[in-house]
Amino acid sequence: MTWDKIVVDVVGLGLIGFIVWFFWLVKAKGVKAALTSGGYQEQMVLVKGGYTPDVIVVEAGKPVRLNFVRQESASCSEMVVFPGFGKSASLPEGETVPVEFLPKEPGEYEFACQMGMFRGKVIVE
Amino acid sequence: MESTQTARSAPSATTGVRAGVAGARRVELPVSGLTCHNCVQAVERALRAVPGVRTATVNLAGGRAAVEYDPEKTGLPALREAVKAAGYRVWTATTRFAIRGITCASCVTKIEKALLGTPGVLKASVSVGTEEADVEYLPSVADFGAVKAAVGSAGYEMAESPPPASPEAADREAEAREAEYRSLMRKWWFGAAVGVFTMIMSYPWLFPVLRDWFPRESQRLWYVWAGMGVGSLAVILFSGNHFFMGAWQGLRHRSANMHTLIALGTGVAWVYSTIALLFPQIFPSREFADVYYDVTVVVIALVDLGLAMELRAKGRTSEAIKKLIGLQAKTARVLRDGKEVDIPVEEVLVGDTVVVRPGEKIPVDGEIVDGSSAVDESMVTGESLPVEKGVGDEVIGATINKTGAFKFRATKVGKDTALASIIRMVQDAQGSKVPVQRIVDVVSGYFTPSVAILAILGFMVWYTFGPPPAVVFALIVAVTTLIIACPCALGMATPMSLTTGVGLGALNGILIRGGEALQTAQNLQTIILDKTGTITHGKPVLTDVVASGGFDEETLLRLAGGVEKSSEHPLAAAIVEGAKGRGLALPDAEGFNAIPGHGIEARVEGRALLLGNLKFMRDRKIPLDGLDARALELADGGKTPMFVAIDGKPAGIVAVADTVKEDSKGAIQALKGMGIEVVMITGDNERTARAIARQVGIERVLAEVLPQDKAFNVQKLQLEGKQVAMVGDGINDAPALAQADVGFAIGTGTDVAIAASDITLIKGSLRGVVLAIQVSRATMRNVYQNLVGAFIYNVLGLPIALGVLYPFFGILLSPLLAAIAMSFSSVTVITNANRLKRWKPRAA
Repeated sequence: MTWDKIVVDVVGLGLIGFIVWFFWLVKAKGVKAALTSGGYQEQMVLVKGGYTPDVIVVEAGKPVRLNFVRQESASCSEMVVFPGFGKSASLPEGETVPVEFLPKEPGEYEFACQMGMFRGKVIVE
Repeated sequence: MESTQTARSAPSATTGVRAGVAGARRVELPVSGLTCHNCVQAVERALRAVPGVRTATVNLAGGRAAVEYDPEKTGLPALREAVKAAGYRVWTATTRFAIRGITCASCVTKIEKALLGTPGVLKASVSVGTEEADVEYLPSVADFGAVKAAVGSAGYEMAESPPPASPEAADREAEAREAEYRSLMRKWWFGAAVGVFTMIMSYPWLFPVLRDWFPRESQRLWYVWAGMGVGSLAVILFSGNHFFMGAWQGLRHRSANMHTLIALGTGVAWVYSTIALLFPQIFPSREFADVYYDVTVVVIALVDLGLAMELRAKGRTSEAIKKLIGLQAKTARVLRDGKEVDIPVEEVLVGDTVVVRPGEKIPVDGEIVDGSSAVDESMVTGESLPVEKGVGDEVIGATINKTGAFKFRATKVGKDTALASIIRMVQDAQGSKVPVQRIVDVVSGYFTPSVAILAILGFMVWYTFGPPPAVVFALIVAVTTLIIACPCALGMATPMSLTTGVGLGALNGILIRGGEALQTAQNLQTIILDKTGTITHGKPVLTDVVASGGFDEETLLRLAGGVEKSSEHPLAAAIVEGAKGRGLALPDAEGFNAIPGHGIEARVEGRALLLGNLKFMRDRKIPLDGLDARALELADGGKTPMFVAIDGKPAGIVAVADTVKEDSKGAIQALKGMGIEVVMITGDNERTARAIARQVGIERVLAEVLPQDKAFNVQKLQLEGKQVAMVGDGINDAPALAQADVGFAIGTGTDVAIAASDITLIKGSLRGVVLAIQVSRATMRNVYQNLVGAFIYNVLGLPIALGVLYPFFGILLSPLLAAIAMSFSSVTVITNANRLKRWKPRAA
């Protein structure tokens, strides 16, 4: 094995380690939804290459309203689906689309675009 | 009257104020429940008793009270209370809308005042929390426009919230898609133009003339390549920017997707080529210093083209919903102040009287109040034959009036109409997930980073163990691996099929609530059918007339019908209907006397007539002369026989029965043909139940089941280890529908959004169950085809891209082929889903 091969392999393994750490090992911190005067827990979610924020922390038993704003035209993100709450909404570009649901049980509920490329999580406490 | 008229037109000489403003005001109140002359007087009296009311006259036929009152002394709420106190109700419309910019409590009072000041508005309440207003008003006096103007006069604006399913919204979506398509095509053409040049000039030694002009390692070729480097950078910036932006956005969210892979693959190729061009000395051999700009340019161009084709195909996938949205009527002709006015359909209010002429579209849901016609409901229910409608019948918005003209009272408007509910349900269902998708979701969460890891591993292995020039092979393998992997095909496999399948159902009058119902419906083993209203019409009709004792059938039926006319028993209605159906004019009866549990007696055309059960005949000592044997026979056939005696002598039997729907038998045969066990459940006695079951060919009968025990019986069958479906109406059978693995609700008219059901059949026929199962099977087959196809593609494609075949066959995939394969795979998935649209219901 020549020195250049050793360098390539070491760098390669390093990159693999980085990918594993970057995509799977780091846990994202959640954003707590704000409580409005109407009794809703509201949070804006930007849809652009992903959901920002993608982890939203809410309290159980209070209605939640997530306002999605899609600022991209890729057709992948046209729709957002909440399988845990049986809700879905199509997101026209540039429009604010509210998705409302009532989390009853604490737990983690995923939401994603229809194809599952973008993912987010609602953590109910 | 006279004085106020003149006062209204000229200002008062003494005060300068138009007296009419403070003078009499006239309103027409639509009053419900006016049926007789007595009520008219009662309402008139009640209204006149209100201080400030000058005149009040009620028009019985129009159901309206015309009131003239002094607005200084009284108001609409008081008038309404008066009508209510008299035992009647004023028809009002309620509406709720959002108002923009409510920030404080004082705005609330301001808006409420403005609303209440509008003539015709009875109640208004505005909430700061929800920024919404609830308004109750008289549609005959105020209209939505007036309410809107009132909000405007207070300095606020009604938030335009167009119904989510308006044709305009669909158009906008289509427009956005079209723009996206055009932009992708522009990107493709630019990439393709640069691509052809780049591809040729990357390998000039393959072409006869170019070989001599641009020999390898010549300074001239270096310049051409440098030009290609700049050109491909332009392609990256123009045609491929969305991949790089998408990848970057994704990385910020620690997620990787198709964009990441394409950006990585093309980016690596470009960076390598540029290094090779600028610093050839760092590579040990000249061989390494070739450039691969063609990979960057052509892959970007091809994937753009693939995305454009995908977009086109996707547009077709949701055609069903567009068709439904397109069904909505645009305008409606309503009666306002006794005049017919054309208004946009959004402004039709509950309680409005809508006029429909032959050939016109019925704008909203309602109940016919005048006239009759045949209505083509095929677009909503899938029923191909026009349906006869008369006064009191329900009409569904978006259906087409064929023959007659009629007026109807709107009962559901806007987002509450049957069509709007259907559209909403279909949209929700199309956005739901099929349970098998969960596996896909888990896989796709790991997919993209795994592919990146594989590409790095491939690079390492080829660089370390591969043949020379190792760096070139390693690079090609890594780039090809990144490009060929297609998370899109995997991700789109089920949603595309589901969208098409649910849409397909909707166009055939089957509303599927979501992916879960669809997946379960394909594996059903047992279907429980409720008897009344599901297998049968749910409404007794006259089936047999047996005359004896010298009477003919006609006389018997005419006299029996005459007596039953005065009865309120549901079976009586069947006899009256039956007699009328035979064109008989029914005489009036007198001395009517109903003996509960026995029958009735009355005098008709001077004859004493008895009508009732066997017990009644025995009590009155009527000899039956063998009629009882005939009655038993009828009862065995599931019918309810009633004896008739005239002047103390037996005259015959009339029998009524809840008859089986015409297509029930065929549908049940079809279900059995699919290998599904069919069970009938009913609260009726065993004998009637068996008789019906025999007619339609059902062997297993659960009779005498109390309504509250139906769910328990469903559970018992489930405990036999079967996937059980329940078919029934959505109201009485709701617990059983919810208990079943799949609950089918037989729809009735405009009530389509039945909460307890997984699948709603708009057309009240069992054929719908067969169709629903066929649709679910076809859709799930399509889902599996797509999933298996996408899995196989990736499972085969990735190893080939990594060069597994090279040691044995010397085959190594080019990145360009990988780009074609990748685009092709996602287009295939969508095309396969669209293939589902060609599905036609099979005859059962």
